[in-house]
Amino acid sequence: MEQLVRDLTPQVLGILVRRGADFAAAEDAVQEALVEAVRRWPDAAPDDPKAWLVTVAWRKVVDAGRSASARRAREERVHDEPAPGPSEDQDDTLLLLFLCCHPALTPASAVALTLRAVGGLTTRQIAEAYLVPEATMAQRISRAKRTVAEQGVGAPGDLYRVLTVLYLVFNEGYSGDVDLAAEAIRLTRMLDRASDEPEVAGLLALMLLHHARRAARWSASGELVPLAEQDRTRWDTDAVAEGVEILQAALRRDRLGEYQAQAAIAALHCDAQTAEETDWPQILEWYDELVARTDSPVVALNRVVALGEVDGPYVALRALDAVPPEVPRRTAVEAWLHERAGEAGRAAELYADAAAVATSAAERDHLTRQAARLRHS
Amino acid sequence: MAKYLLLKHYRGAKPIDCAPMDQWTPQEVSDHIAFMGKVADDLRERGEFVDAQGLSPEGTFVRFDGEGRPPVTDGPFAETKDLIAGWMVIDVDSVERAHEAAAYLSSAPGPGGVPIREWIEVRPFMEEPPTITE
Repeated sequence: MEQLVRDLTPQVLGILVRRGADFAAAEDAVQEALVEAVRRWPDAAPDDPKAWLVTVAWRKVVDAGRSASARRAREERVHDEPAPGPSEDQDDTLLLLFLCCHPALTPASAVALTLRAVGGLTTRQIAEAYLVPEATMAQRISRAKRTVAEQGVGAPGDLYRVLTVLYLVFNEGYSGDVDLAAEAIRLTRMLDRASDEPEVAGLLALMLLHHARRAARWSASGELVPLAEQDRTRWDTDAVAEGVEILQAALRRDRLGEYQAQAAIAALHCDAQTAEETDWPQILEWYDELVARTDSPVVALNRVVALGEVDGPYVALRALDAVPPEVPRRTAVEAWLHERAGEAGRAAELYADAAAVATSAAERDHLTRQAARLRHS
Repeated sequence: MAKYLLLKHYRGAKPIDCAPMDQWTPQEVSDHIAFMGKVADDLRERGEFVDAQGLSPEGTFVRFDGEGRPPVTDGPFAETKDLIAGWMVIDVDSVERAHEAAAYLSSAPGPGGVPIREWIEVRPFMEEPPTITE
């Protein structure tokens, strides 16, 4: 029942909003309807759970209506409302994602609201996932709802903002009861069904290809394992195959974007049975493509890594000069290039410097071990 | 989002000349404490509050002294001029926002209702490593 409820939540919410309900009121109404469903369905499950939820939630919206005239206007709209078809379901999902990722919201607020309103997670689950008190998360979500309600539905949705928010959920998730990476994949799949933009498929492929390596990213004792040292037999080959298939279909549509290019790089890594078999020249070409499309210094830094593999450490170190010093992981890359150049002492110093500025404990510990390895070899 | 520790120190040197708190009027003390509560409430309202704790000024230094031996205690050390009075933990969108919140905390009123402008140390928490780095 939980899965059913979570699948239906955004659809029902989308229908209410499209019918003209205020976003905050609609969200409250859906939550109330879900509470009623949990109480009633075990004894009397409806034939059409979605229709049941829409009816009950809509009644709550109408009951909560602020003025009689507003209520009358809405009731007239209900009367004229045709039964939603499949294409409308898709529109509703899109509309809801656009609202939750409204440009007026900060990324963190958009993430919280998306997980609540589209993901159907409870406030407690979201709070636990992001390691904040439940009251803080409740406040973040209700502020976000107010902001969206004030801004209104009128503005056209920004699909790229939705993609950024989903990327954040996938990439910067904390641990908790809820698997945020899996949740991000589920929501991106939902969006992919509702949109014909190949970048949505590109993001979905990117997520699947990285998710596939998850079991190999951490050692049994909880240490971060870099890509080159991962046990590739532990990669999820089904997820890789699915990611590659989705990516290829997207690329065939010939509307390349950053997510597709990133996914192509991830796919090339997944293609290699061993780290030595990695097709670095082709990866470098994709980075060139990415660099041409974005001024992101992170992309420029990653390109330097690929360049080091293709043309060697000296060429890469010269290219590194163009990467601003404050870019995260730049010192770690510099250390690695010096190690490749055979300068173990300099590399050890740089690994230690990189550890000192690492923003995660797992990376700091990994870099400290690299420095220690070179100093004791 | 990133979490930051806002650390309140009792420092020997304050940026503005300010009498110790026990020489303030009762109202000034109450106003200062009420302001701290207001900062926490405002952060809660913005969905940024994680934790706030005050620390007792007296502490003890403790260390391991070998298997089967009781812990060694020492201190407080005379040279320690810097005492940690307490902290707040916030979860915010940017380092700029963390600095803004710290400056707000530092604007707490002292004698005559004038902001005492004490230094707040802002320290980022270690994060989870991102999944996508290549």
